[in-house]
Amino acid sequence: MSLTATILPWAIGAFALALALNGWRLLLGPGMADRILALDTLYINTLALLVLLGIWRDSKVYFEVALLIAMLGFVGTVVLSKYLLRGDIVE
Amino acid sequence: MQNLPLWLDLLLAALIVAGVAFALIGSWGLAKLSDFYLRLHGPTKATTLGVGGVLIASALWFTYKTGVPSLNELLITLFLFLTAPVSAHLLIKAALHLEQSRAKGSAIPPTSPRPGPRGR
Repeated sequence: MSLTATILPWAIGAFALALALNGWRLLLGPGMADRILALDTLYINTLALLVLLGIWRDSKVYFEVALLIAMLGFVGTVVLSKYLLRGDIVE
Repeated sequence: MQNLPLWLDLLLAALIVAGVAFALIGSWGLAKLSDFYLRLHGPTKATTLGVGGVLIASALWFTYKTGVPSLNELLITLFLFLTAPVSAHLLIKAALHLEQSRAKGSAIPPTSPRPGPRGR
């Protein structure tokens, strides 16, 4: 059993813990900006988790998912911040 | 994943551990720090680096396994590293606009008077 194969499940668990911390901030966050920041971090961590899962399951399918999450997450963050900033999305 | 050469095994393990450590520290900072401007610091640096480490490890592993350079990860890395500063900038602009409260003893001074409801 190689070292990487031993480490991978622990790394995935650690990312799950990071997701739980982000979720806690998402529920707790006193302001709207905090919640958007928590969502932003949540999608980035999910992306890393999916990439690790791809190594573990030895499949390249997860990259397409990761790329989609990266794009849609960025658009979501921009739109939400824009809404907070201007009270409107498309002017 | 049985017959990796030792150097690649060690390199992959080190990259994954470093990435996980960065991501965990960033998320912990997001959960623990006391006001929004401090909280923005954790995820925008640490988490981006953490994802970078994991993606490099993945690129190395799939390049070794298939024998052809694996460029998907490079695409994701490039995209993330381009978009992370933009979203952080927009977030802090929104927070300044909303005048998020600061923690006591924060080093960040109060903003100038509000520029009006539709101002930048």
